[in-house]
Amino acid sequence: MNTLERTLPRSTEGTFATNKVIKNTYLLLSATLLFSGLMAMVAMVLAVPVWTYTVSLIVAMLMGMFVLPRTQDSAAGLGVIFAITGLMGFGLGPVIQMYLQLPNGAQTVALALGGTGVIFLGLSGYALSSRRDFSFMGGFIFAGMMVMLVAVLANIFLQIPALQLAIAAGFILLMSGFILFQTSQMVHGGETNYISATYGLYLSIFNLFISLLQILGIFGGDE
Amino acid sequence: MNIWLQIGSAVVVVLMLVFLYPTAKQWMTDGPRAKPGDWQAALIPLLLVVGFVVLLILLVKG
Repeated sequence: MNTLERTLPRSTEGTFATNKVIKNTYLLLSATLLFSGLMAMVAMVLAVPVWTYTVSLIVAMLMGMFVLPRTQDSAAGLGVIFAITGLMGFGLGPVIQMYLQLPNGAQTVALALGGTGVIFLGLSGYALSSRRDFSFMGGFIFAGMMVMLVAVLANIFLQIPALQLAIAAGFILLMSGFILFQTSQMVHGGETNYISATYGLYLSIFNLFISLLQILGIFGGDE
Repeated sequence: MNIWLQIGSAVVVVLMLVFLYPTAKQWMTDGPRAKPGDWQAALIPLLLVVGFVVLLILLVKG
């Protein structure tokens, strides 16, 4: 142990560790979002079919459940998080392309993208600057996610547009709450792994964007 | 959607439910309870998000 570590009070060490997690998380999140955007553009240039979205999401979610937890404490985790976010971005390409072909499609996509950015930066900034502990929301958020997943499962087969709209609205609220919760977890030392923190925040941004795209696509359409 | 893609998606969602359940149960039973003012601090930004989404809908409709 070096002299600096011996002389620093424990709370200062904790603050350093917390700040490091926050800094690394936002750096990795920015890099994965850029990579994801790049992969979306590649998918659009290649004009891949819309079912690529479902296949990419299935593979990315399986990697998130089975591969990421085993690698997130090593350098290999970085490769896995880029693979997951790259796949999800690639899947997003044909969806964006589909929306761009709708009337007011460019406006819908631009508003969804800008809206996602404003919501994420606003909520994350609020949680970081207020330093409030939102861990009390944990039970509510995870219970909400279970309910939403059951609704998603039902609508895979039912395909009811009104239920899809309700799911999208529910996801916007839930992911907004999750951003507050996850950011506060990083601030208060509840989340110490920047790779899993990045994965959580990336998923919330991805879900926010897709949900906003669906809602704005539905309300912006002629019918 | 192709039936195999539907089945594949459903399997992944069920797996996610299975993975999420222990975490959800732990947070619901052992998670910290809200102190006075906590929910207010969370609900105000969430209501602002709702207002912002309504504004985006009005923009896209107009």
